[in-house]
Amino acid sequence: MALQAIAFYLLATVTIGSGLAVVSVRNPVHSVLFLILTFFSAAGLFLLLGAEFLAMLLVVVYVGAVAVLFLFVVMMLDVDFGALKQGFARYAPVGAVVGGILAIEMIIVATAVARGGAASGAREPMSALDGLSNTETIGRVLYTDYVYFFQAAGLVLLVAMIGAIVLTLRHKPGVRRQVIADQVARNAQSGMRTVQIKPGEGMGE
Amino acid sequence: MDATTNFWATPGGWTLITVGQILAVMIWILLSLAFLLLADRKIWAGVQMRKGPNVVGPFGLLQSFADFLKFVLKEIVIPDGADKVVFILAPLISFVLAFAAWAVVPLAPGWVVSDINVGVLYLLAISSLGVYGIIMGGWASNSKYPFLGSLRSAAQMVSYEVSIGFVIITVILLAGTMNLQTIVEQQAGGFWNWYVFGGGLSNLPMILIMVPMAVVFFISALAETNRPPFDLPEAESELVAGYQVEYSSTPYLLFMIGEYANIVLMCAIITILFFGGWQAPFPTPFIESWPATAQSFFGFMWFFAKTVFFFFLIAMVKAIVPRYRYDQLMRLGWKVFLPFSLVAVVLVAAWRVFGPAQGAI
Repeated sequence: MALQAIAFYLLATVTIGSGLAVVSVRNPVHSVLFLILTFFSAAGLFLLLGAEFLAMLLVVVYVGAVAVLFLFVVMMLDVDFGALKQGFARYAPVGAVVGGILAIEMIIVATAVARGGAASGAREPMSALDGLSNTETIGRVLYTDYVYFFQAAGLVLLVAMIGAIVLTLRHKPGVRRQVIADQVARNAQSGMRTVQIKPGEGMGE
Repeated sequence: MDATTNFWATPGGWTLITVGQILAVMIWILLSLAFLLLADRKIWAGVQMRKGPNVVGPFGLLQSFADFLKFVLKEIVIPDGADKVVFILAPLISFVLAFAAWAVVPLAPGWVVSDINVGVLYLLAISSLGVYGIIMGGWASNSKYPFLGSLRSAAQMVSYEVSIGFVIITVILLAGTMNLQTIVEQQAGGFWNWYVFGGGLSNLPMILIMVPMAVVFFISALAETNRPPFDLPEAESELVAGYQVEYSSTPYLLFMIGEYANIVLMCAIITILFFGGWQAPFPTPFIESWPATAQSFFGFMWFFAKTVFFFFLIAMVKAIVPRYRYDQLMRLGWKVFLPFSLVAVVLVAAWRVFGPAQGAI
């Protein structure tokens, strides 16, 4: 249990520290990198709770895909650091109120959890069905009890995806595109023209 | 005797033994890499009818060690405009992640540092993190070519991860588990039980799906590790060396070792998922009477041989196939592999539910 406690405090410290760094560092790329570190250590905390499937999904989806796209966009932005600082005084009160509410909520949750001894690892989530790993349990619950919600979530994502494609898809006239099928279907007859040219005359246009 | 067993059960003893295992695996991989790197260059040379490295040591066997010394002894050059912390961090991340993934790879019966239930997902997670070393290195260099290289690599790795994920799902569906050790154990008893052939004679129709899936995985692995013909992030004719342009000396070495460790890792994953891991290609009832260590060595021999075989294939691809154009690379990933593997997932799932072996997980 000592090892678990050490791991918990280490991961929790890194999570909080890098979470603070996300909002406090000046360079937006560093911000995103700290965000990735936050995700990663949060996944570690999931592991400590015995939710290994969620931890791995967090890393695969958020760290491996979503954050890469964040990084991608932020790196390509030409950020003016002076302009970023200008609105600070105006938005600070709003940010403080939101942050304050979040902090109060989290303190309430944290005290409730701490009564059960979060760092001791004693509160491992129990599988509802005996002899199954939590991956299988999640699968059974998701695809039986909540299958309609699951499908609805999928539909929402599908709509979002189609929306994104519709917004960004543009057909520029006059762009030559590669049509693989045409290239493959070409043969000697259709792709080549034999011309008989008399000497001294050349080929007229 | 009791005192010693108790010591290994304490947190201190557990830490000690795990660190020992990690070191053993790392040293073994690093040593193998030294010779696999040489093999890569020798195979490339062989295809082009050259001799390849043949000066340092007999047949050039010590070439990698000479290269290693050269890299380590040179001066580290950090560009003036570079983001120094991220610049140094990037190769470290590449290196560490490439080795972290080996923690769950079962090398032989019982030989695995961490036998976790979600081993397959862990591999997927770690390999999806690998892009950060490249993208950070390219950005921190504060230079055009590295940046272009890192952007290319980010798009490429994210794209091919999707098809790799779906191919892995087909194997998970057949195996019914995400534990790598169990996946390998289920492929025991001969090559016809390997998942590339559907996993057992009752699943034989799955051969029509799983053989193409193995091929898709192999090609996606090439793209995921930035190997030719998908080495666009470091395409020397366009981007000099892509994200590695500004790197020299030890940081470059870390990048290179990380890259090769990832390639060997991909070979190992193909071996485990499709080709039976450490299982021999024939029934092995005769090893039952052997001591456990001998059985492990027997299994490890097969695992090693298969992994090296796939490394050979990857090296051959590098020598033979010309580089893809970037739009063709994207087309292959999104328009060919993704729909193809998605249909395969549906078909394998349908086979599991309606096929003869239904419910037998």
